[in-house]
Amino acid sequence: MGRGTSAEISLPRPGPCLIGALAVVLVGLAFGAVMIGPYGLTPGQVLSALLGQGDLQAQIIVWNIRLPRVCAAILVGAALAAAGASYQALFRNPLVSPDILGVSAGAGLGAVAGIFLSLPVAAIQGAAFVGGMAAVGVVMLVGAMVRHADRTLTLVLIGVVIGALAGAATSLLKVMADPYDQLPAITFWLLGSLASITTRDILPALPMVLVGLIPLVLLRWRVNVLSLGDEEARALGIEAGRTRFIVIAAATLITASVTALAGVVGWVGLVIPHIARMLVGPGFGRLLPASALIGAGYLLIVDTLARSLAAVEVPLGVLTAVIGAPFFVWLLARGRRGWS
Amino acid sequence: MLKARALSIGYGKSPVGTGLDVAIGPGEILCLLGPNGCGKTTLFRTLLGLLPALDGTVLLNGQPITAMRRARIAQAIAYVPQAHAPPFPFEVLEVVLMGRTARLGPFAQPGKADRAAAYDALRQLGIQHLAQRDYSRLSGGQRQLVLIARALAQRAALIVMDEPTASLDFGNRVQVLAQIERLARSAATDGRGVILSTHDPDQAFALDARVLLMHEGGVLADGAATDVLTQANLSAVYGLPVTVETTPSGRNVCLPSLSQSAPTMTSDALTMA
Repeated sequence: MGRGTSAEISLPRPGPCLIGALAVVLVGLAFGAVMIGPYGLTPGQVLSALLGQGDLQAQIIVWNIRLPRVCAAILVGAALAAAGASYQALFRNPLVSPDILGVSAGAGLGAVAGIFLSLPVAAIQGAAFVGGMAAVGVVMLVGAMVRHADRTLTLVLIGVVIGALAGAATSLLKVMADPYDQLPAITFWLLGSLASITTRDILPALPMVLVGLIPLVLLRWRVNVLSLGDEEARALGIEAGRTRFIVIAAATLITASVTALAGVVGWVGLVIPHIARMLVGPGFGRLLPASALIGAGYLLIVDTLARSLAAVEVPLGVLTAVIGAPFFVWLLARGRRGWS
Repeated sequence: MLKARALSIGYGKSPVGTGLDVAIGPGEILCLLGPNGCGKTTLFRTLLGLLPALDGTVLLNGQPITAMRRARIAQAIAYVPQAHAPPFPFEVLEVVLMGRTARLGPFAQPGKADRAAAYDALRQLGIQHLAQRDYSRLSGGQRQLVLIARALAQRAALIVMDEPTASLDFGNRVQVLAQIERLARSAATDGRGVILSTHDPDQAFALDARVLLMHEGGVLADGAATDVLTQANLSAVYGLPVTVETTPSGRNVCLPSLSQSAPTMTSDALTMA
């Protein structure tokens, strides 16, 4: 090292410390969320229940009811925010959400078809997952066939088209569905909810999310370079097409897995990466963990509100929209650039 | 270093330029001049291997560029685009570090050596004080310098610059030109090759560059600035009367005559005259 370089080399942006602090906050929030509910628990009760001691009723509440739901909220929030951060970097636009390529519309169609056919819950989740992956697959396929100079814009436009088609098919199924039995289930699913989550629902989604996160973590530097645009990324030494494909596949896997679990929960993937970017900057190596942690905490708070605000569960998608929409308008008003 | 013979460039089936010969070696400055739409940017994209040539091949160190991986190409050629604003507020240091990508493994992060190289590049251009600033909030001239620093951090023997002085004010333009001159001719930078495009023939004189004068999809002339940028050539290419004069200090300058460039004076009228 040359003279005086160590001072220059230290980065002024908060890095590992802040991310560690976010993790601590998340653990605190999770602990609080386990305490809150129709049957309130004291911190002591929660602790002893977690250790498998004390009041049996408290143990059952903690392990069978609250903890699965808290874990699901953390998983869904972290996954959606991480996918959103990836999509935003990839599409070079901070106003992009994980469903830009039609993953939510596809997953929605899959789930609605499953409900329409009166399939069991696991099959509905499977259909949602397959629907989400298939929608993005079709977008990528059509995108590869269309010869247009701007690959990114092509993908986005085809994503809009496929999303609209899937939406039309969903509407058709809603019209045809049994209005007393199936339609409420469809509506509830499309608004997103963690109300009936059990450990058995979380277990298949968890490894999928982790598998999707691995390439994102490994490619974190290249994602930064990719956000300069294809041509520049290639000139800087990246096989842009291949890298983009991997990142899209990973982010889609993550989104489809949690959408199958929780239904369509909008706004998290759009809004949370912004907050993370304000805290740790746009460098993807820090943005990814920060987004995941903030997204997890955010959805945990929203879900706890959803189950304790009123006697009836408020759908998650409604709450995230009510909170997210004003924030989005504020972002627009701040005048950040749109498509360049 | 970089050589292309009988190159046809363009998109799809419509060639923008044909029969182009380009060659550049270490320590050389090659200045690409020509009117708007003559194919300078298309030529750059083809030389960088970003766009396949319609005909002919681009050889980088003797190898066809289309057969090389992007990382290999980027280790040999650095590209300086026109100063742009990225969608995210990266730090200047992060932007410069991106120049190190070609030297990192696919899953690697820039390390201490890369940071040192980035600071080294910033210091060479005298902008190390900008390292922690938000790139998207810099002025156009500062951004251009940062992008040149990124190319330096890339440690490539050849640097391709797309109109590096476009949209810069007078002072920044001179500063960027001075850096280009230093890159190619100073012993400290071991003589990089520089290809740049410009709209200002005076810059080619100032840099004492080799000039590739493009016109209607072909090369009109290729050689030393003083040989290529003649009154006849410039007048033909730009379609207006231009005189080239020598200042008392011995440098050539181009002087277009505004009074004679009436709207009726088209290039057709000139060639007939």
